[in-house]
Amino acid sequence: MKLISMIPVAAVGGLLLFAAKDFPEWGAVDSPASQSPVSSHFISHTGVDTEVPNMVTAVLADYRGFDTMFETVVVFIAGVAVLAILRGSGRRGSQKREFEVDAEPDLIVTNTVRLIVPVIQIFAFYVLAHGHVSPGGGFQGGVAMGASFILVALAWDLEVALERFSISRCMVVASLGIVIYGGIGFLSMILGGEFLDYAELEKVLPVSREMARYHAMLGVEIGVGFTVSAIMFALYANLSSEGRLKGGL
Amino acid sequence: MIEDGSILNELLIKRLNYLIYVVLLLIGLHAMIAKRNLIKKLIGMAIFQTAIILFYVSIAVKEEATVPIYKAEHDPHGEHAKTKETAADYGDKYQPVALSDEEVRGYANPLPHVLMLTAIVVGVATLGLALALCQRIFQGYGTIEEDELLTKLERADARASLSPVRKTSPEKSSPEEKKRVRKLSKSKELAKEAPRTRSQSVKRKTSRQSGNRKNESKEIGNSPASKPDKTRKKIVSKSTQTGKKDRGGERKET
Amino acid sequence: MMGQELFNTFILILLVVAALSALRIRDLLSSAVVFGVYSFLMCLLWAEMGAVDVAFTEATVGAGVSTVVFVATIFNLKRKSSD
Repeated sequence: MKLISMIPVAAVGGLLLFAAKDFPEWGAVDSPASQSPVSSHFISHTGVDTEVPNMVTAVLADYRGFDTMFETVVVFIAGVAVLAILRGSGRRGSQKREFEVDAEPDLIVTNTVRLIVPVIQIFAFYVLAHGHVSPGGGFQGGVAMGASFILVALAWDLEVALERFSISRCMVVASLGIVIYGGIGFLSMILGGEFLDYAELEKVLPVSREMARYHAMLGVEIGVGFTVSAIMFALYANLSSEGRLKGGL
Repeated sequence: MIEDGSILNELLIKRLNYLIYVVLLLIGLHAMIAKRNLIKKLIGMAIFQTAIILFYVSIAVKEEATVPIYKAEHDPHGEHAKTKETAADYGDKYQPVALSDEEVRGYANPLPHVLMLTAIVVGVATLGLALALCQRIFQGYGTIEEDELLTKLERADARASLSPVRKTSPEKSSPEEKKRVRKLSKSKELAKEAPRTRSQSVKRKTSRQSGNRKNESKEIGNSPASKPDKTRKKIVSKSTQTGKKDRGGERKET
Repeated sequence: MMGQELFNTFILILLVVAALSALRIRDLLSSAVVFGVYSFLMCLLWAEMGAVDVAFTEATVGAGVSTVVFVATIFNLKRKSSD
């Protein structure tokens, strides 16, 4: 089996290495990808169009807003699918897993987590809100927020974390995120533009067209953050307990 | 050996990133094909994925370029921006200006970054989905090793072809018990999905025995297998056929 | 060879080592942890190549959540792998 698998691997490897020879040198300024008018336009006009200093956020939430919206939907669907697959499964009774131990939550761990979780959550909000001017944005902030709940579940028990953020609430928050994203898109449609054409929001916001795009991007990122944080926690909660939603690691 | 123009120089010095991306991609591909453990396969898949992301990010690199965030002098809201001579034309109200080609060269290409950023997050969501499927396979068959899984499936198939298809007899039980059974069967329906689609009522037991469940004996007594369910059966028999075909193909390969 | 290129080369070699050992180790829990190391090396490399947003995402998602999700799954399955 191992030898047979080497045949496709060698074939693919040979082809890719043959192609790699023709790539532009690493870091070449005049490579086709860097010379393309699309990315040059993004670099030169992001400041004029949207007044956002971080080009990645601008391209992510504004120029390629459609793409990001449906990526968020994919994350949501994956989360729902995990819930559907694992629901009602799991070992019945109190069968122990391979290396499960009954232990009280550790005093040092829980106290450290108690201190660190608020810091993580504030950092998550910072990352989300400052995605325009520094690295970060909805995805990273959302994952950091979800990770703070995962940390609670790891330090105490899954039930303790689920008391604070139950699975049904997770699903509500996750769909709310997509509704926020789509809502901003439809709002700009109602105001006379195209779907996700944020500039039209100037009619309801007391700012210029550029700044309307700037602020709408923040709204969109908040929507993404909602969905991603809820789905990340739901993923962990279901996978760690085989869908029983109790016990956990 | 590494003088200008030779293939080694081209690949090792000037295009090392592209070489390593190919190597990582091949490691991932080989793991996905050759490893027998499903978790190992998934790790291989994740390595494959990051190799492709490495390729995209390597494309975006420009020498002597900075990260794709505006420097202070290009920042639309920066303090420095107002002191530029262009600011004088607009008076007090400063307008950001489009960057010249020379200035564009100073920033890395943001487009591949955006594409890969979303790909990473979607990647972990789909990885979670794959891991959930692994857990269901483990619940159904008690193993995540591919070869053990195949032998178990084959054994269940062999037994199924020997024994005649069981006739379902109408239930003679009180309505309360029926209700109870239905409730139980509902909760078990999902749990047994994987083994059940492979086998019909009798075979169900065999597949359950093959899985190393310890609480079987309790279940068999009021098992949902005794409940006739026509629509369910149709689907089941269909999927058994296709399942057999599939496995036949797999057997040839191994 | 400049310092940046040296750094680049060093991490690229470490990446291959981490990828190989993540797939070689038979204990799945260690394998998942080594995969976390691989993710962090990747994140370092991307930060060095100027893709700060991608590096940030990989640090939170790839090295953080996906390692935890792997460990959570392995906890429910068998820890030993046949290869």
